[in-house]
Amino acid sequence: MAELRYLAPHSLDEAISAFAAGGNTARIMAGGTDLLVQMRSGAVKPGLIVDIKKIAEMTEVEQTADGGFRIGAAVPGAVLAEHPRFGKVWPGVLEAVNLIGSTQVQGRASAGGNLCNGSPAGDSVPAMVAAGAVVTLQGPNGRRELPVEKVPAGPGRTNLLPGEILVSFTLPPQPSGASDAYLRMIPRTEMDIAVVGCGVSLTLKDGVCTAARVGLGAVAPMVLLVEAAAQALIGSRLDAAALDAAAAACRAVCRPIDDKRGTIAYRTKVAGVLLKRTTAIAAQRAQDN
Amino acid sequence: MAKLHVSTTVNDEPMEFLCEPNDTMLDALRGPLGLTGSKEGCATGDCGACSITLNDRLVCSCLMLAAEAEGQDVRTIEGMAEGEKLHPLQQKFLEVAALQCGICTSGMLVASDALLRKNSRPSEEEVRFWLAGNLCRCTGYDKIVRAVLETAADMREQGIRESWQ
Repeated sequence: MAELRYLAPHSLDEAISAFAAGGNTARIMAGGTDLLVQMRSGAVKPGLIVDIKKIAEMTEVEQTADGGFRIGAAVPGAVLAEHPRFGKVWPGVLEAVNLIGSTQVQGRASAGGNLCNGSPAGDSVPAMVAAGAVVTLQGPNGRRELPVEKVPAGPGRTNLLPGEILVSFTLPPQPSGASDAYLRMIPRTEMDIAVVGCGVSLTLKDGVCTAARVGLGAVAPMVLLVEAAAQALIGSRLDAAALDAAAAACRAVCRPIDDKRGTIAYRTKVAGVLLKRTTAIAAQRAQDN
Repeated sequence: MAKLHVSTTVNDEPMEFLCEPNDTMLDALRGPLGLTGSKEGCATGDCGACSITLNDRLVCSCLMLAAEAEGQDVRTIEGMAEGEKLHPLQQKFLEVAALQCGICTSGMLVASDALLRKNSRPSEEEVRFWLAGNLCRCTGYDKIVRAVLETAADMREQGIRESWQ
C-alpha cells in the first residue's frame, strides 16, 4: 500500500493546491463518517487525505443578506441543528440532515460529505434539491456554482471536476407562506438507509400553491428533481386530485433497484405515498409561517 | 512509514503520541495512550462502543483519525469518575444492573453523559433516540434507559448540573 499522508490546511487555497497535487488517490475528508468506513473495508486506499475542517469557510453557517443561508460543506449535522435560525427557515433541510446516522455520526457528518459520497439514498440530498440549494465548487481553475441536483452523476460518482472541492451550500430565503419538509421510509425508527426519501418545498398564497419543488431519493441511480410533481402541485389547493397527480408523477420517474430494503414495486408505491405525506407537512408549516 | 506526532488533551491532561496517518483515534486511545475503556465493537460507526467526546461533541472514535486530535480536547470514559468517586450515571448503572457483559457500557455512559449535559430533563423518547447509535446485545436497553432517566431525576433533585456551555 502506498504511504498515506494526512494534511489539515487552514486555507481553501492550500487545500486546493494539495488536493490537486495529490492526484486521483487524494480524498477530501469532512466528518470522515463515510471515508473511514470505506478505508477500513479496503474500498478506497487514499494516498492523501485533505482534512477541510480547519478551513473557516467550510465549517461556518451564516445567514446571507437576503435572508438565505450559506452552509459550509463540512458543517456537522449537530452544529446545523444548534443554529438559532436555520431550522426555523428550512425545517425540512434540517430534519433531513439530522436523519443521517446516530448522535455520534451527527457530531461529525456533513451535508457536503453526504452529497459528495454520491449515494442515491443520502438523506440530505432530496431536501437540498427541494430547497433549490446551489453549491459552490472551487478547483485549480477557480470557482463555479451548480444546482445541487446537478452534482450526483450516479452511485458513488459526482460531476465535480478533478481537483474540485465542494465549498458550501447556498439556500435562498423563504418567503412568507413558504416551508419545506423531508420524510424517509425505513423499516425501523433510526439508524437505517432510506428505502425512499422525499423532500418538498412549497409556497402557499391564500391556500393556493404558488411554487413547489420536489426531490426524491433512493428510487433511481441519482437523487431526482421531480418537476412534473411540482407542476401538479402548483396552482392547486393541494386537493386530492392534485396530490394524486403529483404522487403519480413521482412513481413515474422511479427507476429503483430491488434489494434487501425494498423491492422495485414497493419503492415505487412508497414514493407516491411519501410525496403526499411530505407535502402535507410542508403545507402545514407553510400555513404557520 | 513516517509516524505523525500528535499533541492533544485527553481528560484535561496534555498528552502526546505517535501514530500512523491511517490510525483511528480509537487505535491511539487503546494503543499508545493505554486507555482501553473505549471499546471496538464494529469499527464502522454503528455500535457506539468507542464513543468519546471531541471538543465536547459526542463522536465515534473509530470514525476519527488519530491525527485529527492535534490541538483538540478529547474526553473518554476514563475521565468520567473523579478518582474513586463514580459519576452518578456510573453509580446508577451498577445499582439497577444496566449492563451485563459490559462491552457497550463505556460508550453508553459517555453518550448518556453527553445527553444530560445538553438536556437535564430528557424524555424517555429523547433518551432512546439519543442512544440509538449505542448497541447493546444483552440488556434489551430498558434498564439502560431507566438508569439514564433516574440519574437525570437524581441530579436535578440534588442540584447537580453539568454543562459544557
